[in-house]
Amino acid sequence: MSEKAKKKLTPAQQEYQDFAQAREPKRSVLFNCVKAFFVGGSICLLGQFIQDFFIWNFDFTEKTAGNPTVAVLILLSVILTSAGLYDHFGQWAGAGTAVPVTGFANSIASAAIEHRTEGYVLGVGSNMFKLAGSVIVFGVFAAFVIALIKTTLAMLGGS
Amino acid sequence: MLQGHQTWVFKNRPVIVATGTVAGPFEGEGPLARDFDLLHDDLWLGQESYEKAERKMLEEACEQATSKAGIQKDDVQFFLSGDLVNQITPSSFAARTLAVPYLGMFGACSTSMESLALGSLIVNSGSAQRVMCAAVSHNATVEKQFRYPTEYGGQKPPTAQWTVTGAGVALLSAQGEGPRTTAATIGRVIDMGISDPFNMGSAMAPAAVDTITAHFRDLNIDAGYYDLIATGDLGRVGHGIARDLLKKHGIKIPDDRFTDCGILIYSEEQPVIAGGSGCGCSAVVTYGHLLNRMKKGELQRILVVATGALLSPLSYQQKDSIPCIAHAVTIEIDH
Amino acid sequence: MEIYFWAFVVGGLICVIGQLMLDVAMLTPSHVMSTLVVSGAVLGGFGLYEPLIEFAGAGATVPITSFGNSLLHGALTEAERTGLVGILTGIFEVTSAGISSAIIFGFLASLLFKSKG
Repeated sequence: MSEKAKKKLTPAQQEYQDFAQAREPKRSVLFNCVKAFFVGGSICLLGQFIQDFFIWNFDFTEKTAGNPTVAVLILLSVILTSAGLYDHFGQWAGAGTAVPVTGFANSIASAAIEHRTEGYVLGVGSNMFKLAGSVIVFGVFAAFVIALIKTTLAMLGGS
Repeated sequence: MLQGHQTWVFKNRPVIVATGTVAGPFEGEGPLARDFDLLHDDLWLGQESYEKAERKMLEEACEQATSKAGIQKDDVQFFLSGDLVNQITPSSFAARTLAVPYLGMFGACSTSMESLALGSLIVNSGSAQRVMCAAVSHNATVEKQFRYPTEYGGQKPPTAQWTVTGAGVALLSAQGEGPRTTAATIGRVIDMGISDPFNMGSAMAPAAVDTITAHFRDLNIDAGYYDLIATGDLGRVGHGIARDLLKKHGIKIPDDRFTDCGILIYSEEQPVIAGGSGCGCSAVVTYGHLLNRMKKGELQRILVVATGALLSPLSYQQKDSIPCIAHAVTIEIDH
Repeated sequence: MEIYFWAFVVGGLICVIGQLMLDVAMLTPSHVMSTLVVSGAVLGGFGLYEPLIEFAGAGATVPITSFGNSLLHGALTEAERTGLVGILTGIFEVTSAGISSAIIFGFLASLLFKSKG
């Protein structure tokens, strides 16, 4: 996408952009990755503890414990979002909080809370998936295509 | 009167007889807090929505200005105001409350000087006795409309800026005492192909440079004429770029006379990344802080170059770049 | 015990991939999440995601990539039972917990809380 945009720039524009880029503060990629690693890893570790808690104390197996685990993490994320704390963690941790399922929950909860002023139907209901919508759409579509290919191949292979 | 290509000279020198400045919690914790008339520690201002809070701030700022001037709203002929919200509804609703004939303005973050320039033209030409020029912005309404929900945990890059929650109003009059607007340069739209809404400073810097260049050329002056030249909201990133770009174009402005409202309004410790932005930024800093300095005798002639990024959330999604503009107004005080 | 270590490391590494997409590829968070979810489905299609889950536990099930894999598995499992139409009927079976709780808790949050700016 950025390549396409660059091709349409005039020489003057390109010259300015190079000039500006040389003067912009660079993102500290390494530091951001380190932070993302630790926070993301910790959230997954927490998820592991929660999963084991459900296996040991309830009738869940390793296969089925994933569901309540995800639900608990989502609940925690929504609570932090509602308390106005998640956005500060997110600014610091970047992908560390965005990539785990907590990020998905935060995108839904934050949009829901924000649009409450437009009412529950037109505001909350319509805007809730503003950010998470593309994840669901592309996830479902990708799963559909891949499942279609695999199932068709299996059928052809079988017959 | 037109001078040069795009500059007006106000021979009758309209007076800014009073100003009103209202700001929010972050601004109240900043270094200029005491220059503002009213400070709110609640982003909602006790209202039902952020948009209504923005409207309320503007109404309060107008009230401050009229009461300081000792006049009624009916004594004002025209109200010029703008903001960043879709269809500039906060300004329009405030205008409804004021019941003053209204001209809505849109220049994004350059609105403060756009309205001051036009207001000065109106008063200077004898087309009004008094005009109120205003601009307002609110951090949450802008985040909600242009970027992400306020509680969203997205990570902003180091070039991102923090929209000022503030309303600034200037009451211009044909007679009276106070700082005077003596000239204004209307900017052209400049687009250097930057399309990242988290990097407005870089996008707007060329517009500021273009307007400053035009201003000096039209009036045949240089930076030495001014005690201070302040850009509206280029922030730490954009301001540095503008300074270097000016040098590259052969325009010398001494570093101690060249500043930016987005840098002045917040302290280094505040988590505002590259600095303040928004219509309210240049409005409250100019009408609160800079005019106070003038009244104290610290500054005699200043040039305020408010800069705006004329994008919409839709234009960004449609892969358009960010066109920018800058309007400059000369404010002088007689001692 | 080992699984705790790998949950931390693998989960952390997937987040690092996300961070690189944000900082180096300069993608928006929505683009990053959408890409990761599709990647999870693709890896699942090649039979690579289940072994990762065996190996790293929550390090593979907590990141959003797992969502893509679960969507695919729901589809495949149902398709095995009822043929091609099972792809449509089964997609949300495994991910129901995640999506339902996000919607329900998100909506409850909007009922109870105002944003803090």
